[in-house]
Amino acid sequence: MDELSIKDTYTALGLSDFEYDRILELMERPPNFLELSLFSVMWSEHCGYKNSRPLLSRFPNDGPRVLQGPGENAGVVEVGDGWALAFKVESHNHPSAVEPYEGAATGVGGIVRDILAMGARPVAVLDSLRFGPLDEERNRYLFREVVRGIGGYGNAVGVPTVGGEVEFDRSYSGNPLVNAMCVGLIRTEDLMSAKATGEGNLVVLIGSKTGRDGIHGATFASDELSEESESRRSNVQVGDPFAEKMAIECCLKLLEGNLLVSLQDLGAAGITSSASEMAAKGGVGIEIETDKVPLRESGMEPWEIMISESQERMLAIVEPDDIEKVLALTERYGLVGVVVGRVAGHGELRVIHDGEVVGGVSAGHLADAPTYEREVVRPKYLDEIPKVNLNKLPEPDDFNEVLLKLLGSPNLRSRHSIYEQYDHEVQTNTVVRPGADAAVMRIKGTKRGFAATIDGRGRHCYLDPRGGGAATVAEAYGNLSCVGAEPVAVTDCLNFGSPEKPDGYFQLAECIEGMAEACEVFGTPVVSGNVSLFNETDRGAIFPTPVVGMVGIFEDVSRHATPRFKREGDMAVALGGVGSEGVSLAGSEYLSVVHGEGSGSPPEVNLAVEKKVSDLVRGMVRSGLIDTAHDISGGGEVVAVAEMALAGGVGFEYEEEEVGRMVEGQGRGRADLAFFGEESGGFVIAFPEEKWDDVQEALGVDGIAYDTIGEVGGDRFKVGNFIDLPLSEMKEAYERDLFE
Amino acid sequence: MNIGVTIFPGSNCDRDAMRAVELVGATPVQLWHADPDLKNVDAVIVPGGFSYGDYLRPGAIARFASVMGEVERFANAGGPVLGVCNGFQVLTEAHLLPGALLQNMNLRFVSKRVRVRVEARDTPWTAACESGEELMLPVAHNEGNYFADADTLARLEDESRVVLRYLENPNGSANDIAGVCNEARNVVGIMPHPERVSDDLLGSDEGLKILRSVLVGAGV
Amino acid sequence: MPETLKIRVLVRPKRGILDPQGEAVRGALPALGFDGVKTVHVGRLIEMEVESADEVEAMCERLLANPTVEEYEWEVVR
Repeated sequence: MDELSIKDTYTALGLSDFEYDRILELMERPPNFLELSLFSVMWSEHCGYKNSRPLLSRFPNDGPRVLQGPGENAGVVEVGDGWALAFKVESHNHPSAVEPYEGAATGVGGIVRDILAMGARPVAVLDSLRFGPLDEERNRYLFREVVRGIGGYGNAVGVPTVGGEVEFDRSYSGNPLVNAMCVGLIRTEDLMSAKATGEGNLVVLIGSKTGRDGIHGATFASDELSEESESRRSNVQVGDPFAEKMAIECCLKLLEGNLLVSLQDLGAAGITSSASEMAAKGGVGIEIETDKVPLRESGMEPWEIMISESQERMLAIVEPDDIEKVLALTERYGLVGVVVGRVAGHGELRVIHDGEVVGGVSAGHLADAPTYEREVVRPKYLDEIPKVNLNKLPEPDDFNEVLLKLLGSPNLRSRHSIYEQYDHEVQTNTVVRPGADAAVMRIKGTKRGFAATIDGRGRHCYLDPRGGGAATVAEAYGNLSCVGAEPVAVTDCLNFGSPEKPDGYFQLAECIEGMAEACEVFGTPVVSGNVSLFNETDRGAIFPTPVVGMVGIFEDVSRHATPRFKREGDMAVALGGVGSEGVSLAGSEYLSVVHGEGSGSPPEVNLAVEKKVSDLVRGMVRSGLIDTAHDISGGGEVVAVAEMALAGGVGFEYEEEEVGRMVEGQGRGRADLAFFGEESGGFVIAFPEEKWDDVQEALGVDGIAYDTIGEVGGDRFKVGNFIDLPLSEMKEAYERDLFE
Repeated sequence: MNIGVTIFPGSNCDRDAMRAVELVGATPVQLWHADPDLKNVDAVIVPGGFSYGDYLRPGAIARFASVMGEVERFANAGGPVLGVCNGFQVLTEAHLLPGALLQNMNLRFVSKRVRVRVEARDTPWTAACESGEELMLPVAHNEGNYFADADTLARLEDESRVVLRYLENPNGSANDIAGVCNEARNVVGIMPHPERVSDDLLGSDEGLKILRSVLVGAGV
Repeated sequence: MPETLKIRVLVRPKRGILDPQGEAVRGALPALGFDGVKTVHVGRLIEMEVESADEVEAMCERLLANPTVEEYEWEVVR
């Protein structure tokens, strides 16, 4: 290659001049094309975290229940009774923008394999989705197909999709976010690692055959979306949930028989990343014989085989004595099972084809992508966000209409038309099905259980990156507390625009700072995660959208709460609310839905008070005092109470006096502010009247603000003279199909 | 009593079915698709899932699995067989039950709890239910839209072979059919998943009535 | 080496059987500006290479189509 074509080649592979020079320096010779390909995929943002690694070190990673922090395929926390949970969230944004069904499906497939690689049985999937507004045909198409893809894959592999969230905003038009989280269950002593050890041990490829799909997917995921990416459709992999189901059962059987030294899934950058990471972790080398890899199409070059992203494949390290048993099992499950290489002492990822060495790079060098630290500069837009001017905001005449409009708005409407397309009960562990603040799962054979939630607050993070980052963690903490689970750890997916632009880098740095602060206060370390940068189109960057997946545990899973009103005559109490200035319309759903505005900086989050309120609610659930709780989130208090009535199919009446107090107090004279104003750290709980004394005693302890707000019953929803609606009419607005 | 549960590649409710069998006090026995051996079981459950990935048509490939020849022999000899969801699809493909299960009318996978009525209790899989009893059972399928030609439907109704009927039809099934039995009434196919409502912690244990029925019929 | 024949099997819903998939496509076409579409049926195309066409009919009957709800036709492709 002459100099010009060398530059063309590494540029086309997504490497910068600086990075190429670094490669020369590390290798002390020019790389051949295969070696350059290995670097290009391993040094992409997706695999190498070159823009985010220095910032990610800000997260706390350790805690009393953490068995495995970042660095493996998933984080692991201890549950008790010998059980542990492995969990992680990952993005599949770019593939889903181009081919939504397969993009979303393979996103689920990938995260399920990450959990499997830890040795755990995948037991729950959750998704966080973002799309542009549904008035655009393309967004409707993306939304419909992404949901179909998640169901198509998750339903078939037999892992229930138990929770998730979706929001619509113009900033995601053309650049949807598809984040999938998986939780797996494992005995602590069976925990697996991706660390390759033992010179002479065999490298076994398990699963599907290898084709040309997804070549350079990792570099694709680290690029901005353009017209051109539409034409890169061939980059998108096609999923085969049937093969994955077989791979799950086969690998669990292999692990049960103690037949594996280590296990790793093949994701972005295929064999290259899996083998080099396994080698780097174990401080050994790995040799791969590409001609041994079973292929789906003929004429594939060694470099193509090395970076192919064909789905449903796992890489295992096996001791030679066990190999026959391993291959017998892969055959029983109808899977590819082939020895494709061995562990070596030389520290390199060495590629051999037809007996000849065709390339070799130190595994350590591949794992050590250069990192970039940039200056954090406050963007101008933050100082130009208009304040909400209440004087210019007309108060609505008809509050019935406002409530119906809010309940029917795409961001607040019931998600039943989504989750009814997902099998959420297979494996028979689902105690609280989708639609609650968090999913609750039991652990068979014990009294224990766990809860999981996934949350993102894009608009908040745009208006106030640090506060929004903290509020995202707080929301997850609140959601788990409200079902009664003790929050233990976090997995995060950082969806941002380009870090090479100052605004994008600032948002990334500040959101991480806010999240890290919150994780410290809440005692919920970050144990795994994923980064998706360059989420931009020609219309600009997405809202910075860090997504937080959090798991919590129950010692007694029968003691949990749901938002649904359960009994006529129950009393309801609103408590908490920790904003310094009380509720606010800044950045609220009400402002956006009713007045078409997205202005103002949302109220600051007081993390310490927020923790206190959440812990109090959780304490009441765990002691069996209450079984009905819901956090006050988008739409404010009245929408929260309406959701509880709708979920229970029973009406609710606010106390006359309370309505007056609300309007004068938190509404400062305005009913819309009082009813629909938002702040974090607020909850509504309900309980039979005879428990009131005990509830009051519990509430009194911490000096937290609370009010009795009204009584459950009847078939209407009444808020003083402002709102009086039959539940059936609200239901019609709230339950309208999102795909119509 | 030993109840066999068939396992095809892609079955995903086999473990749930085995657990529910244990909960009603019977012994579950795995029946691997490649082994033509029913291991002397007293009844067979063909569980839900996506056998062979649902490729071609749900159930179309599974019906030719080695174990299915034995299941057919067992069924034709009067042995109690229950197909749940994908299992129902397999049994229609194997012609052990009439009709076919088409894609849901709205072309969407549907997963929710639906109310069904027990229309016939003279089968080994409904004997423990009351006649006309209403049950709330989960469905989770993409192809649950029961179809049979008009003559077959009329015959099913005349012979009281509609075993379960939806009170709210989730998929467009003809005559709101959620489950049917064969002429000899020993083979039953249902779309809802009784094994999923097998514990109060999961909201109800109503599904166990279906599975317990086979013990009642056997006089256990 | 025995000659291989290319076989193309077309499977579609039986006439008169409700075909919601076909209906959905028919409904979507006018929205894209394709007018005058009267009916749409969605079926399945299966291509095979076989040594002899003798058993294709049986393959269709037993596996490739479900005669309860589907009809089929097949041809040898040159």
